[in-house]
Amino acid sequence: MTELAWIDAAVIAARPQAMAALLRYFRDLDKAEEAYQEACLRALSQWPQNGPPRDPVAWLIFVGRNAQLDGTRKLARHVALPEDDQISDLEDAEAEMVDRIDTSGYRDDVLRLFFICCHPELPATQQIALALRIVSGLSVGQIARAFLVGDVAMEQRLTRAKARIAKSPVPFEPPGAVERSERLASVIAMTYLLFNEGYSASERPLGERAQLCDEAIRLTRLLLRLFPMEAEVMGLLALQLLQHARLPARYDAAGLLILLEHQDRTRWNRSIIGEGLALIDKAIRHKRPGPYQVQAAIAALHARAETAAQTDWAEIDLLYSTLERMQPSPVVTLNRAVAVSKSVGPQAALAMIEPLSDTLADYFHFHGLKGALLVQLGRPLDARHAFDKAISLARSPLEADHIRQKLDALADAYPVPGTVGTVTR
Amino acid sequence: MLYAMLCYNNEDTVFAWSKEQNDAVMQKLATVEEKLKKQGRLGPVARLMPTSAATTLRKHSDPPLVIDGPFAETKEQLLGFFVIECEDLEQALETAKELGQANPGGCYEVRPLLLFKDGAVKT
Repeated sequence: MTELAWIDAAVIAARPQAMAALLRYFRDLDKAEEAYQEACLRALSQWPQNGPPRDPVAWLIFVGRNAQLDGTRKLARHVALPEDDQISDLEDAEAEMVDRIDTSGYRDDVLRLFFICCHPELPATQQIALALRIVSGLSVGQIARAFLVGDVAMEQRLTRAKARIAKSPVPFEPPGAVERSERLASVIAMTYLLFNEGYSASERPLGERAQLCDEAIRLTRLLLRLFPMEAEVMGLLALQLLQHARLPARYDAAGLLILLEHQDRTRWNRSIIGEGLALIDKAIRHKRPGPYQVQAAIAALHARAETAAQTDWAEIDLLYSTLERMQPSPVVTLNRAVAVSKSVGPQAALAMIEPLSDTLADYFHFHGLKGALLVQLGRPLDARHAFDKAISLARSPLEADHIRQKLDALADAYPVPGTVGTVTR
Repeated sequence: MLYAMLCYNNEDTVFAWSKEQNDAVMQKLATVEEKLKKQGRLGPVARLMPTSAATTLRKHSDPPLVIDGPFAETKEQLLGFFVIECEDLEQALETAKELGQANPGGCYEVRPLLLFKDGAVKT
């Protein structure tokens, strides 16, 4: 590992906090970004000679701020525009700025940097893309590859998103307690989505896309450092770690998803699971339950089961019923029905999902589960009907293939006289 | 004499290492550990999870108070330690230097042990 790689790592780790402070200082995203870039360039030339500074964040803020101010002053002389007001404003703020660096009061700054990406009018994918650009500092090309789109398309998307947030006043005043927790709630929702973007693929994600989960975990870690007593942030980090720990077992040799119950659990990453379990245990002690903690608790039960057969489905059922109360959603009920089918039986599970027939009429997993339950109940014709419906709704060849395997098994178990019992594959 | 090498570093940076960077550090440390092991000088080695996973038990009240933390107010946090047999401080510092070359930044506190019990935990 070269020295430059280490500087790179330190600079990347320092970016959210440094950018956040520079944004508060300049109140302009582009200026903050330029200042940060300049500071990074100087770090590359100075750190190898002088060694890494003890506090890279403070160093980058300080150097970035001065570099940008020098630039602004030069510009003011050349262009002779009334930039003077702005400069004197900035200099007034300087004393306070140095204080803030010393007392490491970065918390609201970083929250603000995240929060401006979570503009409610931006669709979730744009919020995520913007956060990767602004908070994480990924290049447009990297983000484009992570989202499997072309560079130009991503550039346009980011430009539009930035233009949209530029129209709204950036909230620079320090937030009150209520506002702070509202901001935090939208920010952790965004990092949750960022993780899912990388996690939900049915095929092994490659290249930049594979790094989305790592990036989400890094950002959630940062949030937890800033808000160390927030049980839901602990819960979210626990959830992400517990899911991420399964990565080595999630895909087969062809890169296709292996379902949880069929994964080789010896390949799960035990040290990541250990941290996830420590965090959820800790969060639960706060007795302020929330949806992320409940989901993490469910993931923890899977992680603690040495084999799929040892899964504590009754407890998972209980946790899903808690989640249903907190965040009522037909998909949560559907997940709960899976637990009920294992802990009580297929009849109870079917009764639970039948009221969802209308709301989930176009949902692949609804028909897949319904078919599986009907097979267990010895109703092959109804099961076949449900599986056919599921195949018609499959969003990927893999999903369709899972169902075809079930249809094949059904055909083997219940040969229909006078017809060919297999389904074309 | 036994010495503890207490490793302090900025956990924001350390836990943001890529897998490759992390593996590179662990590989370098393993090489030094292997050498110490052959010399019969290597004791227990531990790497700690981030402070966010830690809980603190404050004993000044009864029952003791359980709180989050320690909160990483300082720039560098205790992230792991080695216990190593060294003849004297000079050898201890020499060993700490060797281990310290695995990655830049942070510091090692080289501290002699007053008591050592070789528990029963096997991993």
